[in-house]
Amino acid sequence: MKLPDAEALCRELAGKLRAGVTDSTGLVGIRTGGAWLAERLHRELGLATPLGTLDISFYRDDFASVGLHRQVKPSQVPFDVNDRHIVVVDDVLYTGRTVRAAMNELFDYGRPGKIELAALVDRGERQLPIAAQYVGAALSVPAGKLLRLERDERGHFTLRLSDAKSAA
Amino acid sequence: MRNPQLNGDGSLQHLLTIEGLPREVLLHVLETAASFMGVTEREVKKVPLLRGKSVFNLFFEPSTRTRTTFEIAAKRLSADVINLNIAASSSTKGETLLDTVDNLSAMHADMFVVRHSSSGAAHLIASHVAPHVHVINAGDGRHAHPTQGLLDVYTIRHYKKDFAGLSVAIVGDVLHSRVARSLIHALTTLGTPDVRVIGPRTLLPSGVEQLGVSVHHDMREGLAGCDVVVTLRLQNERMKGPLLPSAQEFFKSYGLTPAKLALAKPDAIVMHPGPMNRGIEIDSSVADGPRSVILPQVTFGIAVRMAVMSILAGN
Repeated sequence: MKLPDAEALCRELAGKLRAGVTDSTGLVGIRTGGAWLAERLHRELGLATPLGTLDISFYRDDFASVGLHRQVKPSQVPFDVNDRHIVVVDDVLYTGRTVRAAMNELFDYGRPGKIELAALVDRGERQLPIAAQYVGAALSVPAGKLLRLERDERGHFTLRLSDAKSAA
Repeated sequence: MRNPQLNGDGSLQHLLTIEGLPREVLLHVLETAASFMGVTEREVKKVPLLRGKSVFNLFFEPSTRTRTTFEIAAKRLSADVINLNIAASSSTKGETLLDTVDNLSAMHADMFVVRHSSSGAAHLIASHVAPHVHVINAGDGRHAHPTQGLLDVYTIRHYKKDFAGLSVAIVGDVLHSRVARSLIHALTTLGTPDVRVIGPRTLLPSGVEQLGVSVHHDMREGLAGCDVVVTLRLQNERMKGPLLPSAQEFFKSYGLTPAKLALAKPDAIVMHPGPMNRGIEIDSSVADGPRSVILPQVTFGIAVRMAVMSILAGN
């Protein structure tokens, strides 16, 4: 299937997000694709609050069946989350389980004032009552396929579809 | 021969010894531990990975630091922790080790952390428990203390970044030290080119060179230009018969003093697994000095034990 241009979606998402953020908004990207995207959005929007990154490996709900991720990296939330407006950023919004894990982790840093969600692509098929406030595009993807963001050495974004089994 | 610690797919089922573990397994523990260090700096220092699991701390030998750090590690992973001080319990009434384990398994134990004075005790338990139960060796006789070895290499990596090009000197009572054995295996597996053991002939095990270390009896020669000095506790309680003239004599030759430390590199770090005998294997001014990383070792030990427990529980 033909995938949309990730760079164009990123510009689209930045445009939508611009109206919703202030200097005190904390942007938090979910590793790996969401962290790349958050890094780009943070730079383009010129936000004053430093960028945060979450690795949700310690909060996954499938730990009992799949175990610990092979490459866990430290989460970094370099601002006080208490009472703050936070926008969680991920590349692809699907079941909502990753976002739930990210919110659980954020609450272990404090009590945010408000959490919103930005995603480059919303592929639907939610398994939890979670919705994104900022979306690049909605896209229907066959079940069993994995859609994710890739970044080349020049920092250029592309979307890639693969069989779920071959993915990490 | 199959490594009894590994599953069919090569992932860790138990942690019994570092000997024979692949480099990737050690690196996975160290990387995961680094992520847990961040957790311990947050407002809520817990993650939900082991929620609903029961960890039994089975200590047949006294320990404060190791037992406490395992307990904290398990609690920060949200496990329920049960501490058993067996030295003062059933075994004194005649119950065998495996009967004790069977009874605790009937209480739905998911993980055993075992410290025992007999080498191989943790192996015995690991070969006996049901497939979903995990066993961590927290020190067995003179054999192994793998989480201590891992926290030692975590500490070295934290301060020195890379093992390539490093010289590490391990000083003192290597003969009785399970810490030294585990550390030597970890260092060589991670590619440390120069590992030295320094001590009197009576306190170095025969054939220790076969572990890939160089042997020194003179501190001046052994410490020259090294990046890391690991001092070991003189284990009087494990010594049968006279292996040493006296503790004072040992301190004179092998105690780490500022003068002897000056032989190492100017940025060399000093480590000790604890508990320290001040004035026997280490001088107080070194133990409390700017090069000492003995207390950070304890803090890193919590993150390393969290990493080991969460990796085992997920496999």
